[in-house]
Parts: sequence; structure tokens; C-alpha cells
Amino acid sequence: MNAISASASPDTPINAIEIAALRSDRFRIEREADWQRLEAIVVRMEKGRLRRISDEDLLALPGLYRTVASSLSIARETSLDAATLAYLEALVQRAWFVVYGPRSSLAEWLGSFLGGGWSAAVRAIWLDIVVALAVMVAGVAVGWLLVSHDPEWYFSLMSRDMAGARVPGATAQALRATLFGEQERDGLSVFAAQLFSNNAQVSILAFALGFAFGIPTLLLLIHNLALLGAMAWLYHGAGLLTDFAGWICVHGTTELFAILLAGAAGLHIGRALAFPGDRPILEAAAVAGRRAAVVMTGVVLMLVVAALLEGFARQLVDNTFGRFAIGGFMLMLWCAYFFAFRGNARTGTRR
Amino acid sequence: MKAAAAIRRPRARKERILVTPEGISLPVTVAGRGARLGALILDLIFIAVLMVCSTLALAQIAGGVGQFMREAEGKGASAQALQFLMIVWVVIMFLFRNAYFLYFELGPRGATPGKRLTGIRIAARDGGRLTAEMVIARNLLRDIELFLPIPLIMMAGADSGMAWLAAAGWFGIFMLFPLFNRDRLRAGDVIAGSWVLERPRQKLEATMTAVQTPPGEAGSLPTQKYRFEEAELAVYGEFELQSLERVLREDRGESIETVYQTIATKIGRSDGWGDERRFLSEYYTQLRARLEAGMRMGRRKADKYSGQ
Repeated sequence: MNAISASASPDTPINAIEIAALRSDRFRIEREADWQRLEAIVVRMEKGRLRRISDEDLLALPGLYRTVASSLSIARETSLDAATLAYLEALVQRAWFVVYGPRSSLAEWLGSFLGGGWSAAVRAIWLDIVVALAVMVAGVAVGWLLVSHDPEWYFSLMSRDMAGARVPGATAQALRATLFGEQERDGLSVFAAQLFSNNAQVSILAFALGFAFGIPTLLLLIHNLALLGAMAWLYHGAGLLTDFAGWICVHGTTELFAILLAGAAGLHIGRALAFPGDRPILEAAAVAGRRAAVVMTGVVLMLVVAALLEGFARQLVDNTFGRFAIGGFMLMLWCAYFFAFRGNARTGTRR
Repeated sequence: MKAAAAIRRPRARKERILVTPEGISLPVTVAGRGARLGALILDLIFIAVLMVCSTLALAQIAGGVGQFMREAEGKGASAQALQFLMIVWVVIMFLFRNAYFLYFELGPRGATPGKRLTGIRIAARDGGRLTAEMVIARNLLRDIELFLPIPLIMMAGADSGMAWLAAAGWFGIFMLFPLFNRDRLRAGDVIAGSWVLERPRQKLEATMTAVQTPPGEAGSLPTQKYRFEEAELAVYGEFELQSLERVLREDRGESIETVYQTIATKIGRSDGWGDERRFLSEYYTQLRARLEAGMRMGRRKADKYSGQ
């Protein structure tokens, strides 16, 4: 032993192996190079310098991770060197973060999301969609009935500023003006962007409130739809119900659909928390939450479309028939996408 | 012994075992509440700075455009350009509010700049892959936790009574949520199946038994100066071995002195006087060799109290 080590230079690992007295230290010195290579890669990834990692290193990463993980398993059974064990545990954890970190970039994820992930998630919460739809219909009915009994209710549902000309007792002429002839209005596009921002926040709220067992979500849905019912009553009184329906329909089929999905996603989480079934409650919530998050990302996209329709198409198409055509087409498009389009199976089952 | 246990306990409260898909159990440390709060405050400051900067930049551009257009052709085109800037502004504000956390947590680092500065990151609770769905779910919930009540509290003002109380109560419930569960999960973490962990930092220390050879005198194992008998080594277990390792690595004169005194008294030797470090490191090597040989045979001795 002495003869060999004396002939080699003292700094080389070979020499170090020879002079380590303990078997567990020799084990460590033999594998140290792999550990340090993995650490160097992990450090570069942690610092976000992905471009400075060579392809070779990137390919070697999973293999190195497994090598070091097995080194850790062996070291736990054979070595009592606390510092080495702590280092290995930390290194395996850091490599685990990287190897099992978010794999798909935002763009890749969007691809699989549009190609089937979204519609699969929507189909998976069909029961909640049915419930939310029933609640929304009930909301419209409640709004209509309340206001038809006592028009004062109208102002508890809608603030006077927002109502503008749309107040009980307004002439049919005035009401008609709110539905048609807005082409000359300035700032259409700004209006659309603000609508989107506002609607997106409301629907995210409807979803997030599902956390309280879904009850606030239901209340929010009823409140928003009661407003619609009240306005429908108002226009019905002036004989303009069909025109009002057309006015809503342009963007409403998309926007109400989005709000329906957001409410259903919230309910889905609420239901998982209230009735987790035979799974642990945290696991049930996590599964439901991830499914609902997919639906919600889609809802935000739908609201972009709705805002564009509301900001542009409604103002530019100034007759009821055209508006019904656009709204009906959008509704069919969404239904076909969600319930008929299956996408590719891989992305559908990925969750 | 008791003191050591007491020192280890506060860390143990945050320690969890995570099993990777390869079946290796890893000790992980749940991020402390202070670090989480610090990270959040840092991120909010970053977002606020970004918002103010972009608003100022857009206002600057808008002012410039307005002037230019007025000189060039008059009202119509200038209004159009301003409208466009307005849209850009609305979209940017929406993105800062909702996409800031998403963008950073979906990166390979799994942490926003604030989290990175406080040394924490997010991970999947089940040990599997952290998916995009998890990151999206945990950040959508941020809306009711943070972005909904804060403006409400500010708008209501303390003198409006009930509304302010309700908003503050709401905010309090979600902010305090991590205080009432073991893993310090925020509402968003519950929904997403994620948790926030400390990022470990550990340097590879030198080997204990190969380090003593100075580079000059190439190679040969330092001859053993002290030999310890079986009975002298049998008094200590793994816990004491690792305490001794710590003392040797720290290499502080007084603690080496104290530990030498304790061990020498315990095993009844006094020949290491004046050469304590050497004595201890050779005792360490031989004790470790003995205990590791036992390990290979399936015999482990946890500490000095456990029998062989």
C-alpha cells in the first residue's frame, strides 16, 4: 500500500484512495467526482444559467441523479460520516428539485392544454357544471320575480351609476338607445380590455371562493345572474326582450359559459373538501384543485374572447338577428369543443 | 445528552420525510413562516415597483405621443394611440397581478425572486413531479388570500366599521391559515398539493481519515501512534462518534481540550496529553472503523446507552 501511494502524486484521487484509512471513506473518494459533477450542474440550474450547461451534462443529469441517490442509500448503511451523509442528502434533494421540477415550459403546457387537456377537465366536472347551471337559471328567475314584485329591488341589485338610463319607468325609446347605435362610441378597445380585466377577476373570485365549501360561489352566481334577470324584466316591460337577449347573446354565450365553468370549478373544490369520499381530505382537495385550475385557465381565455366580442362585435353588429347568429355560433363552438372534441389521449390522461 | 436533544428539537419540528419516486426517503425541512412572509413581502414590493415603473414609462410615452400627434395632425390619431397605450396598461397590470408568480414558479427554480432570496422553493407534497397545474392552482387562490381583501381594507378605511372588520377578518383567516396546520400549508397549497420547502445548502467536507496527510510528505498513512483496545472503543456509539466528528471538524482548541478530558477519563487513558488533536482523531478513526464493521454485520449501536 505504501509503495503504491508513494509513487503517485499526493493530489490525485487515486492516491487519496490509497491513503484513506476507512473503507467508507474510500467508497466516498471513489464516487466523489460524480457527486461534484452533479452538484456543478445543479448549481448552474439553480442560478438559472441553463444555456451554460452543455448537452452532455443535461443528458447525464438523470443518470447522475440516480447514481448519487444510490450512493446515499449505500452510505446510509455503511458510513457513519455525518458530514458526508448530510451533503448527500442535501445534494439528492436539490437534484430531486431539478429532476422533478416543472418539466413543461408555459408554451408546451399550453399546447397540451388546448389539444385536449382543457376539454377533458371540463368533462370531468360535468356534475358541477349541471349544478352551477341550475343555480344560474334559478338566479335569473329570482332576479325577475323580485323586481316584478317590487321595482325597488332593482336598485339593490344594481347601483344607480351603473344603471344609467336603464331604470324602471324609463321609456322604450331610452331603453332602445342603450341596445343599439353605439357604433360611434369612442374607446371601444379600452372598454373591451377593462371588461376583460374585470370579468376575469370576478370569475377567479368565483373559483377561489369554492374553497369555503362552494357556498360563496353559489351566492356569487345567484347575485350576478339575478342582475341579469332584473334587467330582462325591465326590457320585457318595454317590449324589447328579444332585442335585449340579442344584445346579451353576442358575448353572453361566451361570458356566461365562462362564469358557469368558473362557478363549477369552485363547486368542484368545495365538494371535494366537504365530501372527500374515502380519500384523505388533503389529497381529495389537491386532485380537485388541479383539475379546476385547468378549467380556470381556460375560463380566462374564454373571457378574453368574450371581451373582444362585447367590445367590438356588439357595437359593430347593430341588429338583433346578426347578434343572435354570432352568439349562437359561439355557443355551438364551445359546446363542440368541450363535449365532442376528444383531443389526443395522452394529454387527456396526463393529469 | 439532554441538552443535545433539546437543541435538536426545534429543527425536528420542521423536518419531514419525503419519499422520491425512486423510493429514497429524504429528510426535508418545511420553510419557516418568517421566511414565507419575508418572501411574500419582497415579491409584493417587486410587483409594486414593476407596476409603478411601467405606469411611469407608459405615461411618459403617452405624453410624448400626445404632443407629437397634436403637432402632426390633430386629435383623431392621437386618441387612437392613447387608446392603444391604455389597453397595454390594463393588460400589463393584469399580468403583473396574476402572471408574476406563475412565470417564476414554473421556471426550473420553482421560486419567485422573493422566495429565492429567502432560500425557499415550492415542491410537490407527494414527492412526485411539480406540475404546471399545481403551480396554477396555488396561485389562483392568491386572489382571495391577498389581492381581494387588501384593496377592500384600503378602500373601506378603518372608520367604516363593519366592512373594514369583515375584510380584515377575511384577510386574517387566510394569512393565519399556515399557522394552524402542521406543514404550514397556505390555502393555495392545500388545493394544489404543493408545499414550500427550504433549499438545502451543504458543502462537501473533507474526508476525515484522508485529510491529515500534508501534501509535502507524499502518501504514507500516518503511523498509528495510539492504539485503542476493544473495551476502550466499546463505550461509545454512533451519536458520540458524530459529536466527536463535529468537534474535530470545527477544530477549536478549548472544545478539543474538553472532549479529550472527557474521553480520556472515561476510557482511563492519559497518554495523549499535549497531543489531544491527534489522540482524538485516531480515536475517531478506530471507533468509526469498529462501528462501521458492526454495521456491515447488521449490528448498530446508537449511543453509549444502548447495549451491543
